[in-house]
This record gives sequence, structure tokens and C-alpha cells, in this order.
Amino acid sequence: MKNSITRPLLLTAALAGSFSLYSLTSKPTVAPDADNAGLKLPAGFGALVVAETGGRARHLAVTPEGNIFVKLNRPKDGKGILELKPTATGKATVSNGFGSYGGTGIYAKGGYLYASSDEDVYRYKLDAKGEVTNPTQPEKIVSGLLNRGEHESKSIVLDNAGNIYVNVGAYSNSCQVKDREKGSMGRPDCPILDSAGGIWQFRADKAGQTYGTGTRYATGLRNVVGLDWNAQNNQLFVMQHGRDQLHDIFPAMYDTKQSAEQPAECLYEITKGANAGWPFLYYNGLTHQKILAPEYGGDGKKLADPKYLEPAAAYPAHMAPDGLLFYTGTMFPAKYRNGAFIAFHGSWNRAPEPQKGYYVVFQPFKNGKPSGQWEVFADNFAGSDAKAAAGRADHKPCGLAQGPDGSLYVSDDKAGTIYRIVYNQK
Amino acid sequence: MFVKKPFVILALLALTSAPAFAQKKPAAKAPAKKAVSGISAATLLQGKSIYTQYCLTCHQADGLGVDGMNPPLAKTDYVLGDKTRLIGVLVNGLKGVDINGEEYHGVMPSQAYLNDQQMADVLTYVRNSFGNKASAVTVSEVKTVRATGKK
Repeated sequence: MKNSITRPLLLTAALAGSFSLYSLTSKPTVAPDADNAGLKLPAGFGALVVAETGGRARHLAVTPEGNIFVKLNRPKDGKGILELKPTATGKATVSNGFGSYGGTGIYAKGGYLYASSDEDVYRYKLDAKGEVTNPTQPEKIVSGLLNRGEHESKSIVLDNAGNIYVNVGAYSNSCQVKDREKGSMGRPDCPILDSAGGIWQFRADKAGQTYGTGTRYATGLRNVVGLDWNAQNNQLFVMQHGRDQLHDIFPAMYDTKQSAEQPAECLYEITKGANAGWPFLYYNGLTHQKILAPEYGGDGKKLADPKYLEPAAAYPAHMAPDGLLFYTGTMFPAKYRNGAFIAFHGSWNRAPEPQKGYYVVFQPFKNGKPSGQWEVFADNFAGSDAKAAAGRADHKPCGLAQGPDGSLYVSDDKAGTIYRIVYNQK
Repeated sequence: MFVKKPFVILALLALTSAPAFAQKKPAAKAPAKKAVSGISAATLLQGKSIYTQYCLTCHQADGLGVDGMNPPLAKTDYVLGDKTRLIGVLVNGLKGVDINGEEYHGVMPSQAYLNDQQMADVLTYVRNSFGNKASAVTVSEVKTVRATGKK
């Protein structure tokens, strides 16, 4: 995930009356690979492979010093977090590893590195060089979050007021009595929402927190992997993974094409207490309507209760948004500033229709709201159109982070490649 | 498509009703793959139709599943090994398994709405597609598991 260190860093530097750090971070030395790391990018952009980690690189964080911390889904050689130290060319090697747990979430802010397993959240102290000082003895700030093996990843982000937000995904597709079983109806009032299917808020600096000490900040969110704090309007945004299998579960109501295309992946603008309506509805991205879920009496057309949160933006179904990053750097052209990058991991539930995704999208924003049509920013992680259509991608983009110079980092949890995207035109 | 070749061979087999002759024929026509004897083209066609309707969304057209979620069906012990366990997966569903050293989190619901014949056909099809080659699953084997193994 992104670190939001650039801004506090500049502030600190300004306060200290020192510009040495600033001059260090703005030094343009990084050259893209000749083939742009296999990616297709807009004119003026280039990309390089920072490192091949060989692990399932989920989210990543970059410190103000440029150190890269990568969270692995499963520990590699007993290490669940890898540290990469880039050289002047931008290429890096794995310099350190720690944290014996797998997971997804990692985030650096305010001199700390936060990381999550699928049940707990840890915090490590970073020193002035951006090195972790207590790799074997992190503070466990949250423990005992629900993990029932489905939507189990715990993504994390911090706000600017000392709070950490943690996704607890619903251990279900649509809260059926029997998960994903054909014709099974929804559980009344969906009790899953008591402990999952939402975003929980905790204090970032306090050890030993549990559900009891946290706040259910937002609910009705099936599963969120990509989330970020928008500093412009001081608000949380999340990308929800929309529901699966409308056709498999209700074949009389939905054909395979409708099942592949209707239930959009949604960007939600979250305020405390927000309810996005899962499992009682899904958002039809083609008609832009909140549709009553068939598990709760829907027929494919009936609208849901309008009280539920309207998406801020919607994207094609099943593409699996796993990373969200508000770009605050100055390296990229002005149109990108304060807009959102979204890493779409790629679909599986569009079959027998061709699969889709495996790219990083740019969503323009204006005054803290999505404004204008999204566009594919970095494409061809899959390696070819045929591989993308078959769902057999070489790489699957997952995490996003912004470097101190404004570079965009992308992690890939298929082959473990770490990418860095830079802008070279003046 | 993996499925076409064995299917063509089996269609040829079905046309030739004499079993002795059928054993020689495929070796000449398609030396790469020998069909497992006793499996009819009709069975595989039925199995394929059930696979397409109920299984393909998760396990995909190539039978290779989805990374970290839905297990592959090609060359795995679950598919090629113990038939009782395999039938049990259809009857009871399955969740959270390690296959060939990889972890899969996807939830497979029970497919108990399929009748015995449909289960036998689709499992026979899966055991003879995607590069797999194994004996047929019979209706009586399905019946036995349903009678004893159902939770």
C-alpha cells in the first residue's frame, strides 16, 4: 500500500529548515527497462522491474528513504515481510526478511511500519534510515480478527488522526444459508455482518486491541482488499469486490453473460457508519442501479432499498480490485495528482465469457470525488491478450505504493515481481 | 482445448461396437492418447455438458482452476486417486485444501442436486479430460458413497 509520508516529510523538512532530504528525493536517476518491464503505458511513462521476489507479493509500502517492504501471502523461507533496498538505478535486492506470518496488509506512516496477518495487525518501529528496529518483537496492536478462509485478507490503511482501518471481509459470497450453493437463500439479517463484511477502526498506537475495543466503521462491504485514505477531503475510500456466481446460484434468473457483467466492482466513499448494502444488494454496473439480491427476494430487476450507500464509481464485474492509491506525488503530470490508481488483480468469475483485468487503472478525481471516465494506465501484466482472456496471466497486479520521488510501485502476487513506474518527459 | 482429442477417439470407439477391434483402432489413429476402455462417448458428452453448466465457472474451461481459490482438476490426486473421496467432494462440497503444495481457499458447495448418473458422468469426464486418464466412475459407486458418506 501507499505510504503517505511524502507530505509529513516535506513538512518536517521545511520546519527543520533543511532541504537536504528534499534534494535527495528529487534526484532523477532511475531509468526504465528497455521493454518497460513488459508493460504498456501512456506516452512519457516507463517501467522497470525493481526485483523478482519469487513470493506472493500482496501489498507493499515504501519509506521516505526509498526502502520497500513487501507483504507476502505466504512466508518464503520463514519470512512474511521482505525488505528491498534499491540502488541508484532503482534495481533492488532482498536485503532483509522478518515476520513469520503470511498476509496482505502493509503500510508505512509516521515512523512505523504496520503489517497484518489474516487475523492480527502488527506495528514495527522504523529508524531514521527507514529500517525496522524490532523485526522479531513487533507490537501486536489488533488480534483475533475473523478468518474463516474466505475473503480472509486484512488490508490496512491509516488516517491522519492516529487511526488504523482494517478490512474484515465476509466469509461468504452472498450470505446464503449454504455458501455458494445453488438456490440457497440469504440468512435473515445476515449475522455475518456483526463481525465481518466491513471496515473496523482501531487506534494505531495501542497494543492489545480486539473487536471489543474497535469500532465497526463501515458495514455492508462484502470484501475490500484495496483501500486508501484520501488526504484531500480527509476520507476513507475502499474498493469492494462485488458478488460472484449469479448464474450458478440462480440459473433461471441470470444467464452466464449477465452473471459475468452485472455485479460491478465498486469504489465507495466511506464516512463513519456507512452501509454499502451487502448482501442485500449488488450494483448493476450496466444500468447503474442498486439491485435487490436474489437471495433476499430479488428477481434480477427489483431495486434495493435506496438507503444504502451509492458507489462513487463502478468498474466491470469480477476484475478484483486489490490495490487503491491516491496519487499525491509531483513526478507524474498534473492530471494524476489526487486521482486514484486501482490495481485490478484480474477476474475468474467471468467464465465462460473471456476474463478481464490484470491491469492498473487511473480514475481521475476532482475536489475529492471521482470525475470523468477511468482509463487503463498500466496494461499487459498478463503477458498477452490471450493469456488475460483465459485467466492465465503471467503477473497479477495487487498492491500499489508511492515512492518518495513520486514513482508508482506495483506488486504482483502471481510471480512476485515488483514494478516501478516513472515519468520521464519534461 | 484438451477435451477434443480424446473425445474424437472415444467417438470412434463408440462407432465400433466390437470391443476387441476398439482396442486396436485408437493406437493406429491417435498414438498419443489411448482411451480408457469401457467409457462411452455418450458418457463423456453428458459429462462435458454437466461440467460446462455447473463446474466451469470455478474450475475454468481448461480445468486448471484459479490460483489460491479454486483447485485445479488436472493431474491431481483428488481427481485421479480414491474415487470414494472424489464422489464425496461432489456430495458434500469441499473447502480449504492443499493440492500439490498449493493452498486453495475457494468454497465448493455440495452438488447433491445432481443425480447419480450425472455425478458419475461428470466425474468420469473430469477423470478423462485436461490431460487426465483414469477409470470411469460408475452409478453404483456414486450410490454407495451417497448412502454411506453423506453428512
